[in-house]
Amino acid sequence: MALSFMEGNEAIAWGALEAGCRFFAGYPITPATTILNTMLKILPPKGGICLQGEDEIASIGFCLGASMAGMKAMTATSGPGISLYSEQISFAVGSEIPIVIVDVQRLGPSTGSATRGADGDINFLRWGNSGGLPVIVLTPADVNDCFYLTLQAFNLAEEFRCPVFIASNKEVGMTRESIDLAAIERPAIIDRTPPPSGEAFVPFKISAGRTVPYFQPIGDTVLVRQTSSTHGPEGYITIDPDQIAANQNRLMRKLHTAVDRFSFFDSYLENSDTMILTYGVTTRAAQVAADVLKNEGRPVSLLVLKTLWPVPVNLIQKKAQKASRVVVIEMNLGQYVNEITRVLAGKRVDFYGQMDGRLITPKQIKEAVVNG
Amino acid sequence: MDSLLNKDRPPVFCPGCSHKRITTALDKAFRNMGLKGNEVGIVSDIGCSGLFDTFFHTHALHGLHGRALTYAAGIKLARPELKVVVTMGDGGQGIGGAHLLAACRRNLDLTLLILNNFNFGMTGGQFSATTPPDAQVGSRFLNQLERPLDVCQVARSAGAPYVTRCSSYRKDLAAIIEQAIRFEGFSIIDMWGICPGRYTRSNKLTPKMIEASLGQLPPLEGVVAENARPEYGRRYRELAARQHPAAEPVKIEKKFDPPQIGRREVTLLGSAGQRILTAGEILCLAGLSAGLKATQKNDYNITVLRGPSISELVLSTEEIGFTGIDKPDVIIALSQEGIDRRKSLFGSIDQDTLIIQIPGVTLPPSQATIHTVNFKSSGIRSSDWATAALVILAKSNTVLTLQMLNAALEARFSDKSLSAAKDLVEKVKDSL
Ligand code: SF4
Repeated sequence: MALSFMEGNEAIAWGALEAGCRFFAGYPITPATTILNTMLKILPPKGGICLQGEDEIASIGFCLGASMAGMKAMTATSGPGISLYSEQISFAVGSEIPIVIVDVQRLGPSTGSATRGADGDINFLRWGNSGGLPVIVLTPADVNDCFYLTLQAFNLAEEFRCPVFIASNKEVGMTRESIDLAAIERPAIIDRTPPPSGEAFVPFKISAGRTVPYFQPIGDTVLVRQTSSTHGPEGYITIDPDQIAANQNRLMRKLHTAVDRFSFFDSYLENSDTMILTYGVTTRAAQVAADVLKNEGRPVSLLVLKTLWPVPVNLIQKKAQKASRVVVIEMNLGQYVNEITRVLAGKRVDFYGQMDGRLITPKQIKEAVVNG
Repeated sequence: MDSLLNKDRPPVFCPGCSHKRITTALDKAFRNMGLKGNEVGIVSDIGCSGLFDTFFHTHALHGLHGRALTYAAGIKLARPELKVVVTMGDGGQGIGGAHLLAACRRNLDLTLLILNNFNFGMTGGQFSATTPPDAQVGSRFLNQLERPLDVCQVARSAGAPYVTRCSSYRKDLAAIIEQAIRFEGFSIIDMWGICPGRYTRSNKLTPKMIEASLGQLPPLEGVVAENARPEYGRRYRELAARQHPAAEPVKIEKKFDPPQIGRREVTLLGSAGQRILTAGEILCLAGLSAGLKATQKNDYNITVLRGPSISELVLSTEEIGFTGIDKPDVIIALSQEGIDRRKSLFGSIDQDTLIIQIPGVTLPPSQATIHTVNFKSSGIRSSDWATAALVILAKSNTVLTLQMLNAALEARFSDKSLSAAKDLVEKVKDSL
């Protein structure tokens, strides 16, 4: 066993490289800047491209152009930048442009505290696009997850042609940690699918048995038409309500019907009456709290979500089967708990949150469970 | 060469719209250059100029208002052989101003056609960045308050190497466009035109008047000599090819046994300039050499050269859960502002905690075992105190050993900095 020592942000960059990412653009912002720095170090010598945009809107715009031209692309920012990405995210959602977007969350609102962590963007990532169609959001708890989930994020972006977010946090992204890179299990790398030979390419046509259009890159021999406007299969603007409805429903369905395949999670002691549910860096304190409670003879279950959106409903319901009470812990004042309340209607759902730049401690979690 | 106009989608502009002339001229330029549809990418902005991509049988991308240049840049860098033409109105030029400036400075091989008709046609004739103050437009009096922008002068100052200002009614419009596309670098054509749908309903503007107004401005016809320089994409590839491959992440094998089993927490309290974070990293690397898991959580002000600097380290034979520290095994206290930032820490500690402090700092009262070390009087620079404190820990096999420390220094430093670090270890070992 040989260990390396790196930040979560660096692990994301190395993961991206291994996933086949060859285009990165970003704008400096704490606590995401070290992703830009690392990509700038590793991509150009590999024949890839790494740019610093004039602002966040440009950075993600470069990525969308490069992705449509066939490259696997990633960008990274924090809350203020994610806000600026919003209109481009909507473009990527509606026009099915594969892209991985890292949000190394910092304490908001607004410029907030640049060097303090939070999980305050969780609902913004899901709902911060016009039209409200689904996106994929993955949440790493540590440096291993940063590497592994980046591989998965690219695979999902390629397969489903959609933006995939990695909702990191200053406390994961900028915390250095030992990592055994060789020991991480890798998924097979997925690339966007061209039409099978013999089938003509139509930019947004859905072939039988598929929920996602085939991909051809702009710049190749076959002409490609991309548009941010509501479009029909040929990529021209349409006002036909039936065609529009079919497309919008598919954009929702393609992710909602597939989430069981990418519901990443960890769980411990599944049979207790009380279950802690959390995600991101708070996972780590929750794990310690669960150990302490077990040693004290009052075991609780723990479910750690690494896929937050689309909500992995089946997973959550299955894991919470034995629990009559679920305690949701978040590094914000209550966001994802609303989903849990919805999904686990009938169970008692309690919430504990903190949004002051400090990590939630195992002691706080234990008290929330015991005294709640 | 065949026309690249899309036979299924003929232009749908208002009668008399100058965009129609530009569509025809652009097609003629493509034909004269012998370009095939798949050799061209049209990136269109929003507004009536945003319809352009659909009229051509080429690669096409239509995106958000003002952002056309950003997509075009990504496409061009990914596909250097593609001729990329961007169509944008005076509206897009205004809202996308930052991208326009950056494109001029960057000099990527794109051709930007600004279809300048002095108002927002599609949304009802509101004023744009080029509307004259005395025009009657859909924004009531607001255009009287702002000065129109001469995008050509702006582009020139921003470094655009190719700027043309012309009337959309020029007979040689196709040739003008062709020249701009042929230019290797960022080229802009500011094309003045007429919007009968909106602008000329309340304002008189004829091709003759456009010609007359243009005649009063300094002519700009292509190459801007003072801005001549290599094209961005070509230059990027040249410079990128000269970059050394990034070193793979350093891997550290387990060579030693750790001095203790379980979890050990160390907090370094210092100031900017004391290389607190480097010392923290060294401690973690030392841990790795004994097969320990390690985490390092840092806290410092965004003004990197001033203020407290704090590093919180956890080394453990087990997986590390919580990365925070509330009852450290060791505190290394090297500056007052660092101590003050973590005052609350001292309330929770007892005699099991070892504090290594420098003389002259005041610690909050605690039960901890305190060891005061005067690094300064031994001639050690304050930037080395944190590492020196690690040597003191290593001497007593607390958290790390001297072997582990040496392995860490070898992993972290090379050449001169390595021998300086090793000298420091020897010095501290012998004298403190
Ligand atoms: S509104 Fe103006 S710019 Fe638009 S098509 Fe009509 S005349 Fe042309």
